[in-house]
This record gives sequence, structure tokens and C-alpha cells, in this order.
Amino acid sequence: MKLRVLYFAALRERVGCDHESVAVPDGVVTVAQLRTWQAQRGEPWASAFAETRRVRAAVDQTMVDDQHALHDGAEVAFFPPVTGG
Amino acid sequence: MPIRVQHDDFDAGAEIARLRANNPKIGAVASFIGIVRDLNEGAAVGSITLEHYPGMTEKSLSAIAEQARTRWDLFDVLIVHRVGTLAPSDQIVLVVTTSSHRGDAFAACQFVMDYLKTEAPFWKKEVTGDGARWVDARETDALARERWK
Repeated sequence: MKLRVLYFAALRERVGCDHESVAVPDGVVTVAQLRTWQAQRGEPWASAFAETRRVRAAVDQTMVDDQHALHDGAEVAFFPPVTGG
Repeated sequence: MPIRVQHDDFDAGAEIARLRANNPKIGAVASFIGIVRDLNEGAAVGSITLEHYPGMTEKSLSAIAEQARTRWDLFDVLIVHRVGTLAPSDQIVLVVTTSSHRGDAFAACQFVMDYLKTEAPFWKKEVTGDGARWVDARETDALARERWK
């Protein structure tokens, strides 16, 4: 499955890029599994995803929880809790 | 446009006048303006930079406005949010709700802000005497949203 992954704010700085295209292994079908896969990719992703509590996710521009299913071609964004307003 | 994300400043008076134009049924206008403070968590703030997620931001703000419209009897919900670099005393966000009566206008305005603070993908980075730092999300913001459930 191919995904377009976006990073924002502190997470973008930690990962060192604002987006990347990734091809994930067959077992990665939910947001939770994608997080785990990211944390096991080595640096800089391991550090960026170490504090799971601090990383929120959106799929196709809608905030989702960890059980949300991924699909081929999905836009998945990771970012810290929001601080606008 | 009821939802706008922009670098430029806004004029609340002009925005409200535009919403009220040609609608004599409006009996109440509630508005909220968020402003950059010069002090945050004990440090003097020189400037803040607001980053957002283009596309999702507009989608998220529209969904929040739509929820408010479903929940209260409103004519309009206007949300204007600035991005880019801002200085203390600069305006950040404007929310305006119009209704026949004040109850709905007040409640909807507060609801929109409480949801915006916890759902809309904006992030603040502030520059203080100690350098630049990302602003942490507040627990009180999450609690403020919970009360609407």
C-alpha cells in the first residue's frame, strides 16, 4: 500500500521534511500500525514517534483515532495537538 | 465566504456590517476576537508564527460551523483565522454568529471557539528571549470542548 504522509509543526521539524511517499508492508492497515511502523523505521522517525500521546493523526484531512483503516493512496498527516485560536 | 484563512488582518466591524446587511431578522450578533498576548507561561513573547494544514483547516472549520448551525438557530457563522507571523496585540481569530436572539448567538460563538481550539489544525510557535518554542496544547481547552457533549 502506498501512502502520502505529511508532517506538521514540531513533528515536521523532528522528521526533517513536510511530506514523503511511503510504501508500507502488508500488515500495516490501521493508523496504529502505521505509527508502530514509523517508530521502527530508525531515525529520525523513531524519536519523532516515541511519544505517541503527543502525535495526532488525520486521514484524508479528517482527524481520526488509532483504529481508523488506511487505504491505498490515502493522505495521512501526523502532528502535535493543535494550538490555534 | 463564511470561512477564511488568511495572512492579512481583519476588521470585525466591517465583517459584522457585511453579515447584517439586508437581513432585518437578525436580532443578535455575538463575536469573539483572539489576540496575541505579550506573555505566555512566564516568558515575554516577541512574535508568534502560525502554521496550518491547508485543505484540512478549511474542511475542519466548515465542519465546526456546520455543527453550530445544526445545534442552534443561526443565520450566519463567520470564522476568520490568520496564519503567518504575528506580534503581541495582533488579532489572530474572529468568530461571529448571528441569530434572532442572544442565547443562540452567545452559545454558538463559544462552541465554535472551543472546538476550533481543539480540532482545527493550527500550531503556534512563539519567539521568546530564550529562543523559539512550540506552544503546548492546554488541558483546559480539551475540558472546554467536553462540556458541549
